[in-house]
Amino acid sequence: MPDYRADRSVRQPLPPDASQFIEHSNGEFALASRLAYLRERNVTIPVKLTVNGKEASVNVEARTLLVEVLREHLRLTGTHVGCDTTQCGCCVVHVDGQAVKSCTMLAVQANGRSVLTIEGLAGADGKLHPMQEAFREHHGLQCGFCTPGMVMMGVDIARRLPGADEKTVRHELEGNLCRCTGYQGIVNAILSVVNPGAVKAHH
Amino acid sequence: MRDFNYHLASDVKDAGAKLAASEDGKLMAGGMTLIPTLKQRLAAPSDVIDLGAIAGLKGIAREGNEIVIGAMTTHAEVAASEAVRAAIPALATLAGGIGDPAVRHRGTIGGSTANADPAADYPAAIVGLGATVVTTQRRIAADDFFTGLFETALEPGEIITQVRFPISQKAHYLKFRHPASGYAVVGVMVAKTDAGVRVAVTGAGPSAFRASAFEAVLGKNFSIASLEGVRQSAKDLLSDVHFSAEYRAHIVGVFVRRCVAAVG
Repeated sequence: MPDYRADRSVRQPLPPDASQFIEHSNGEFALASRLAYLRERNVTIPVKLTVNGKEASVNVEARTLLVEVLREHLRLTGTHVGCDTTQCGCCVVHVDGQAVKSCTMLAVQANGRSVLTIEGLAGADGKLHPMQEAFREHHGLQCGFCTPGMVMMGVDIARRLPGADEKTVRHELEGNLCRCTGYQGIVNAILSVVNPGAVKAHH
Repeated sequence: MRDFNYHLASDVKDAGAKLAASEDGKLMAGGMTLIPTLKQRLAAPSDVIDLGAIAGLKGIAREGNEIVIGAMTTHAEVAASEAVRAAIPALATLAGGIGDPAVRHRGTIGGSTANADPAADYPAAIVGLGATVVTTQRRIAADDFFTGLFETALEPGEIITQVRFPISQKAHYLKFRHPASGYAVVGVMVAKTDAGVRVAVTGAGPSAFRASAFEAVLGKNFSIASLEGVRQSAKDLLSDVHFSAEYRAHIVGVFVRRCVAAVG
């Protein structure tokens, strides 16, 4: 079998048999062929995770990102992909209790670990997590795209730095970008949880 | 990202064997540089060997007059370590300023050291504090480790296991963060060590280096006044659309003085 990595002209590294692929070039067959190829090569890797308290088992390629498993395999689309380059923080989730960027972690690296996403924050009865409630109260969102990552980072800041001042909270949000530039509400929301006395009065 | 064969190494010996057996393998520590590099297809290794499950590579300990940090210890762990904060607070500060909180939860000292990014923070600590990089094969002195742009003294297959920092009398680290990336445009570590004054610079050159002009003067008289007229040469420094070599050289001089003031 030719090494597809050596041939940069092949945009899709799969399938193994190009002539077969061309003959049946409908999407369905391409997908079936791809899966058959993966099975044949045995390159799918079983990954077991606990996501929001529930066991999840998926079979992934080595290159599959954690955020792809969350969004595409488990359909937990609350976790967003903004920049896909580790800068914007829209994809922040907790792995074993620590905030990480799920676009920069392979699913296989999360094998056996516990993942918490925005969907897992609220109580079973639908009652918002205190950080979510704070974002609602302090208008910590505009378009909402960055919000899941902001809230998950906010919870992480509250875990690590109770009593943090405004400057610290702003510094800790360095890896989370809000393109609406609605930082004041976000900072106030997080401050209201970690250090209520430091929140500036409503304008 | 092109697909690859994934291996989870059980120990460094296993990692070395898997790397040797692969056609074009790469080791992965925290993946904070490797994964973005794979995504951009700047690298397309045949195999990735994950060091993430090797418990023996994690941890921080004080051994005599040294702080010993396992290669797979994260930046967040170094920043929060009581042992590091008590013995070398400047090292904890440096680790706490790398990237952002989520990156610090994954990125490791061994990965950063092996990658030798010219704008990374750890090289300033390793060179500035006179650390020793311990590998599967030998011990490498800081002054011999960083050899050029993304180049180190590591041989193919050689794996970093520890970084050992001698406890300095006093040290201070200052960094001019790139406003967008957080990487060091210039980072300066000034340390009073048992072996004399060391001044290390990251971000400004192709790799971390010792600013010998400052060291010579400060070794005789550790004061800001003694630095009168001492400048960093802009020769061989990095220049880009944001910051010229001359500007970086100027910032080195400013930061050395501020560090000296902080160390006292």
